[in-house]
Amino acid sequence: MLQLFKFKGGVKPQTNKTQSVGEPIGVAPLPSRLFVPLHQSIGGTPRPLVAAGERVLKGQLIGGADGWISAAVHAPTSGTVRAVAEHVAAHPSGLTTLSVEIEPDGRDEWIERTPIDHGALAPERVRERLREAGVVGLGGAVFPTHGKLTASKTVPMEELVINGAECEPYITCDDLLMRERAEEIVRGVGVFRDLLQPKRVLIGIEDNKPEAVAALQAAAAKLGENFAVVAVPTRYPAGGAKQLIRVLTGKEVPSTKRSTDLGVQCFNVATAYTAWRAVAHGEPVVSRIVTLTGNVERPRNWEALLGTPLAEFVALGGPKPDTDGYLMGGPMMGFAMPTMDAPLVKATNCIIASSPALFPPKAPEMPCIRCGECAKVCPHELQPFELYWFARAKNFGKTQEYHIFDCIECGCCSFVCPSRIPLVQYFRFAKSEIWAREKEKNAADQAKARFEWKTAREEREKAEKAEKLAKAAAAQAAKKAAEAAAAAAGEAAPAPAAAEAATNVPAATNPPLDAEAAKKAAIAAALERARAQRAAVEPKNVDRLTPAQQKDIAEVDARRQQAGIEAPPTAPEESQP
Amino acid sequence: MITAIAIMALGAVVLGAALGYASIKFKVEGDPLVEKIEAILPQTQCGQCGYPGCRPYAEAINKGEADINLCPPGGAEGVQRLADLLGREVKPLDAEEKPKAIAFIDEQTCIGCTLCIQACPVDAIVGAAKQMHTIVPELCTGCELCVPPCPVECISMEPIGENLDNWKWKYPVIELKKVA
Amino acid sequence: MDFSTPPYLLNNASVQRVMLQVLAALLPGIGAYVWIFGPIVLVQIALATATALAAEAAMLRLREKPLAPFLTDGSAVVTAWLIALAFPPLAPWWLIVTGTLFAVVIAKHLYGGLGQNPFNPAMIAFAVCIVSFPALMSQWPPAALDLGFAEQARIVFGLAPRVDAIVGATPLDALKTGLKLEEGRVGVSQLLDNREVFGAVAGRGWEWVTAGYLLGGLWLWRRGVVSWHAPLAFLAGLSLLAGGLWLYDPAQFADPLFHLFSGGAMLGAWFIVTDPVSGCTTPKGKLIFGFSAGALAYVIRVFGGYPDGVAFAVLLLNLCAPLIDVYTQPAIFGMKDKSR
Repeated sequence: MLQLFKFKGGVKPQTNKTQSVGEPIGVAPLPSRLFVPLHQSIGGTPRPLVAAGERVLKGQLIGGADGWISAAVHAPTSGTVRAVAEHVAAHPSGLTTLSVEIEPDGRDEWIERTPIDHGALAPERVRERLREAGVVGLGGAVFPTHGKLTASKTVPMEELVINGAECEPYITCDDLLMRERAEEIVRGVGVFRDLLQPKRVLIGIEDNKPEAVAALQAAAAKLGENFAVVAVPTRYPAGGAKQLIRVLTGKEVPSTKRSTDLGVQCFNVATAYTAWRAVAHGEPVVSRIVTLTGNVERPRNWEALLGTPLAEFVALGGPKPDTDGYLMGGPMMGFAMPTMDAPLVKATNCIIASSPALFPPKAPEMPCIRCGECAKVCPHELQPFELYWFARAKNFGKTQEYHIFDCIECGCCSFVCPSRIPLVQYFRFAKSEIWAREKEKNAADQAKARFEWKTAREEREKAEKAEKLAKAAAAQAAKKAAEAAAAAAGEAAPAPAAAEAATNVPAATNPPLDAEAAKKAAIAAALERARAQRAAVEPKNVDRLTPAQQKDIAEVDARRQQAGIEAPPTAPEESQP
Repeated sequence: MITAIAIMALGAVVLGAALGYASIKFKVEGDPLVEKIEAILPQTQCGQCGYPGCRPYAEAINKGEADINLCPPGGAEGVQRLADLLGREVKPLDAEEKPKAIAFIDEQTCIGCTLCIQACPVDAIVGAAKQMHTIVPELCTGCELCVPPCPVECISMEPIGENLDNWKWKYPVIELKKVA
Repeated sequence: MDFSTPPYLLNNASVQRVMLQVLAALLPGIGAYVWIFGPIVLVQIALATATALAAEAAMLRLREKPLAPFLTDGSAVVTAWLIALAFPPLAPWWLIVTGTLFAVVIAKHLYGGLGQNPFNPAMIAFAVCIVSFPALMSQWPPAALDLGFAEQARIVFGLAPRVDAIVGATPLDALKTGLKLEEGRVGVSQLLDNREVFGAVAGRGWEWVTAGYLLGGLWLWRRGVVSWHAPLAFLAGLSLLAGGLWLYDPAQFADPLFHLFSGGAMLGAWFIVTDPVSGCTTPKGKLIFGFSAGALAYVIRVFGGYPDGVAFAVLLLNLCAPLIDVYTQPAIFGMKDKSR
């Protein structure tokens, strides 16, 4: 029997899961319109690949991944693209995001699907396939899965943790998926295992889901996989990746490190399922299991197409008349959907219809009495009340000293706070302020560097121009002087001795006006050279340049020399960011 | 009496020596205050303060030549932070505070004169003579220096609205107020 | 529903609930107190409670805060009860009123009200009154004295003279005075043999009251309202110092059990040093806070001029609490390995 570890803190809210597990996963009917946001994962925003009026097939690529950490987006069904435009996002702000609007044609016609044999392919090819199929973490973080499938170069991969804990109240989509599609989950885990080559594979499921545990155990046994399917104690947030890793392996992943640095990686069960569909069936992620529960007549799990508008989806459950809003995600970490037009996305694991009875209005915020309940339940062992004082006072430096970025916003602190302080809200506020400031600071630093660059360049150009002018003048003068000297020598003595004398004492014995001018010009040129040299040694406004910047300048100079450009009016390199 | 004087004198000598040693040992190189002031300034290099860039303005503040409320891009918050740093009174900004904006070139109108390229302090405009110019939005600081030189007035300042990238969680406002 | 702030699910905790549990935990001690000294204790508690609520309401009105949530949060009542229990039961009515007013108006609201006071208001009241009215604050009726309720009330409300026979000293004070008067001719053990005053363990009657506080405190701990750190450290600090000196010279120093069950030790351990607002919040900090307060209380009690040292010890440690907290921040998840 595997030894389990404990994480500190955590709470035990009413799970409210039984309501929605009574019926099997239903297939949601085709909605009348789909609004598929292009940005559904962490990382780069995919580029739209279709235009209004175009016909698309189910599974057709409509948004190409942009950069390595980005995941592609596909048409959830066949139909016609009506628009590629801004549409309200599934986001607490209610702001819009670039979305592809598709009118389904009702035929649900698949594009040609090409399964791959992942065992016969290079790992890079498999990762690429997952990226192209838009496989992302379906536990809620929506981090592109292929980006997590590379082991650390220095630390051997020890454990692969598969997260089926599903600790948030109300949500049962993973539970049902494990019960009904255990075999495909296990096969998907097999793909991850083959890519990461861990010593052990641990599947953690909260012990309030015995059916799921049994199903996965049976599936693993049937497929001959030696995955350990472990029931972990039910305690929120046991399904947090770091908490589950802690419980199953005893390792604590700090916020400053990646889990692979400790030889662990963690994936959600639904992610494993979609990965298997992508690999073995060539199906990209176009739908997901969504729990529809709360204040509805028929709570149930549905396999719904991504992009389904909220209004059409919740109609499946029959919301009761006193419903006053819809939450996306669980009641602990979810948020209220801004409008009924907002679409279901890859991160949507659950929609909860809320009512005043289900989620009563909060009592007014009282002052903090420093009772320490929040610190007791914080799974990251922070001191939320200290963070609260600093966040409230907008003392962001201090919040960072007290590790605000280790906060996972699980909401345990707010859950127990007797003063009913919206602690998580304060922390989110502080975090986004810090991010914004960091961004501003970086922009300012960049602007400063570029300004100094430009000033330095202008200085140098001026100096180079002056030198060139002086050189030209000197050459002109020297040429004239030489001509004059030659003329004088020819006049005086054409004998070799005289020529010798002329070279020994050039133009000195016979000082014509031109020679004098040449000398002056030469001196002027020398002075100018010296000045330019000084300027080059101690350039104004560039004395605070970093070594990297200096290297850049040197490189540009070298390139210029190679290209044979003396002093171009504008350097082409600099217009490239 | 003499003992007292001797003790005081000895104390003065010892403390003086300690202070002198400390001033040599912990000597601060350069003028860090200018750096700190400059770090608060937004580095738009816009010259709206009347100085040719952020560094000259920082130096002027340090010397006491300039007031702290002359930087419109820094806004009221910038004035506040400067006041905190320098221990001066907070003053209202000596200009209108505008929402953050970036320049936009109407490419249909642009004649490719390069005047704006020369004016841009941070090289955020690309283009060449007789070629259409455009602004690299990530690099634009919104200093507006490119607007006046344009002979065809094709550059406008576009305010950056709230979007998903710069959206921020709000400060919780559940203040208790007297009900009566 | 309130859409602005997740989590949307909350448990049923409230400040009022916390305070009500503290009040409930005081009941066993109060019961013993009433049983031994008579119902006048209840009169004092009622007096303090009424004063505290009135002062709270007045201050809230002055500070333009809503009355309902703050008056019902129970924090003023806790302060009032602690004051009534810390003051001598036959103290004149105006002493309790003054102390409570001082606690609520100055120690609590002038610092910003609930959650903002750096010092424990009840202990401030005690300290202010014992400094201002040392005689009145040191007059404790012997438990053996059997006065009727009417007589007690007359004394409290100044209608009867405060006779010496009625107002004695606490066992702690009696021991200290006894030792001083006898100048080492009589040891602690002989003095403690006087069961009339000192009872079986630590003062006749007192033992039961403090045992009641202990019971209430343990209940609070079981309920998770207070953690074990501060009370245990407080009692450990007190008994360690007491034990050490007792072993060193049993004739001069009373045994630790006597110290644990006399004076304000138990009330302090479970209801004063556990005050989260003015105390430490980190587990290590609570240990340091409790231990230091316990040790300091012993020192003041035995070597100082006041009959008991809990109030001053706690107030001194209240001063240090923020600093202790800063230096005892616990390692967070994933950062416990110092090498990282």
